[in-house]
Amino acid sequence: MQNLSKVIQDTAKKLLEEKKVDLVVGFAQGSLPLRSTPYFARTVDQAANLIWDEYCENNLTNYLRKREEKVAVVAKGCDTRSIVALMKENQIDREKLYIIGVPCQGMIDRKKASKLVGGEILEAEINGEEITLKGNGFEQKAPKAELYYDTCIRCAYGNPVIYDELVGEEVAAKELSFAEVEEFEAKSAEERASFLAQEMEKCIRCYACRNACPTCYCPECFVDTSSPQWISKRAYSAKDNLIFQGVRVFHQLGRCADCGACERACPMGIKLSLLTRKGVKDVKETFGYEAGLNPDDKPVLNDFTPDDPQPFLMKE
Amino acid sequence: MSYEPKVVAFLCNWCSYAGADLAGVGRLQYPPNVRVVRVPCSGRINPLFIFSALRNGADGILTSGCHPGDCHYVSGNYVARRKFALLKSMLNYMGVEEDRVNFTWVSAAEGGRFADVVSKVSERVKEIGPPKGVFKKAD
Repeated sequence: MQNLSKVIQDTAKKLLEEKKVDLVVGFAQGSLPLRSTPYFARTVDQAANLIWDEYCENNLTNYLRKREEKVAVVAKGCDTRSIVALMKENQIDREKLYIIGVPCQGMIDRKKASKLVGGEILEAEINGEEITLKGNGFEQKAPKAELYYDTCIRCAYGNPVIYDELVGEEVAAKELSFAEVEEFEAKSAEERASFLAQEMEKCIRCYACRNACPTCYCPECFVDTSSPQWISKRAYSAKDNLIFQGVRVFHQLGRCADCGACERACPMGIKLSLLTRKGVKDVKETFGYEAGLNPDDKPVLNDFTPDDPQPFLMKE
Repeated sequence: MSYEPKVVAFLCNWCSYAGADLAGVGRLQYPPNVRVVRVPCSGRINPLFIFSALRNGADGILTSGCHPGDCHYVSGNYVARRKFALLKSMLNYMGVEEDRVNFTWVSAAEGGRFADVVSKVSERVKEIGPPKGVFKKAD
């Protein structure tokens, strides 16, 4: 990982020096362990702060919409899929964007890590496939593959789908899995409803999920309007929270790159991927479409064929 | 008093609403449980409308537009169809029963069929009873 940081720094420096771009969006060392922070390098000196490690979880595509200047971005597989989705919506001008693609095995979930050690982690070190977590009075080793985010474990698109330059070696293809969604589908309607109601009671409507998502960019969100006021502004009702989440997921259909940024951003630990990935799965199964893989096709809900399936029709 | 469900029906102006009109002109009887909301096209139906109706106490939903191929705006119902497939699946996933949210196509000439559809929907919603799960009404 150290050498990848070096390569990214060199690439960024070169791009900035040659004035090919005005800004490089990447990651820098965060102030907490297991957390790298998004970083905007505008000068060659600043480019030396760029790093790459297994804590670069943010989807940086969020910073690329409607940029006036020429920008380079350090992008993982899921980030590039979001870029493709936004290019189709004319939010990103490919001409002005330089993509430094980085193949990604997965990012480390710090909630999983702190659950594992049961205390505050003050230092973390990665050696090959193993991670050492240190804190007050403990030091524990664990295979890092166990600490990846669930969305990363089930992701099949670690390799960037588009890039101008690829940094690092491509990762082996994994199989896309919707195991957790299928498990949830198999439960009874009551169980599903009561689980979702419980989850939605946790929601404090901070809208971090909305803000972390690169494809959630409406200037005015339906939850913020007052005329009509679709749902209450308070987080008091699980029904309202579920409508917020349900419609949020609905707006992402055929656009969601399944990066998991919403779930990672949630301060209450709501299992949002259960809803978002259901949308991704349905789109794939019903229309054979996956978002952000092909810059030239039409988004699934902008398109139709005369013989689309109609499984939803009532039985008469 | 027996339970009489409230069914919110979103009908497109050009086919299903006219179909409902025809049922009325033909003096066909159907249960008075539906409350009709006239929309310009089935493509106008935002999933949020359906969520919102359930949120605000609807026991059932009926959504109807022109048959595919007959849309007044050429492709409105084709676009709606993709949304509906995903919406129905998502609602069921959230624990809303299969029969509570209904989608169909009724043309302006199908007054009889409209009456049938409404009867079936009200009957089925009556069978499953008031909303359970997330959209349960406050006691």
